Amino acid sequence: MTISIRLFAMLRETVGVGELPLELPEGATVARAVESLVAKHPAVGALVKRSALTVNLSRVSADTPLNEGDELALLPPVSGG
Amino acid sequence: MHDWCEIVDYSLRAAPAVEFVHDPLAGGVAIFLGTTRGETSADGKTLVALDYEAYGDLATKQMHDLAARARQRWPMIVKLAILHRTGRVPPGEPSVCIAVSTPHRGEAFDACKWIIDTLKVEVAVWKKEVWADGTGTWVHPMG
Repeated sequence: MTISIRLFAMLRETVGVGELPLELPEGATVARAVESLVAKHPAVGALVKRSALTVNLSRVSADTPLNEGDELALLPPVSGG
Repeated sequence: MHDWCEIVDYSLRAAPAVEFVHDPLAGGVAIFLGTTRGETSADGKTLVALDYEAYGDLATKQMHDLAARARQRWPMIVKLAILHRTGRVPPGEPSVCIAVSTPHRGEAFDACKWIIDTLKVEVAVWKKEVWADGTGTWVHPMG
């Protein structure tokens, strides 16, 4: 299955894009997707650990299973206002 | 619900938000404008702007959720507006605008302060300090 990963702020700059597709085996979890991203872009590892996770705009935990077409977002600590 | 929650990419002004929350049932309107503060870094660099980035769909959803929670805490709220700008915001210009109308002023002040304090720690918006020498520093609080 293919999911979409959204990256913001320092994560986006480190990886170089704000959105990228990721190919995963059926039934893969959020944790598996994050591992795959970090394997390709080791520089994001430390910030990923401090980032919140959403799937299709809802907060999720790392053990949440993903489905085809899901939008997984990694949110570094926010700093709006 | 009379709530206006939006991520915008143009210059924010207070007047439309004040006009939006104005209501004959309200005895007070509180407004908060968050503006870029001109600063000098520890190593002597001058701030030229803050660059704001949002996860627009999520941030809008979160701001509507903030509005609903504010209405639970202060059921007397008549109208409210929560607006956040993205893009480059030079010193003195607003990046965020909160406006709340209530029958009496106390709740308007309280709700306005609660909304901006909560927005800053919850809503999916990030800022980068842009310095005069062309370098930039992402602001990521150590949460």
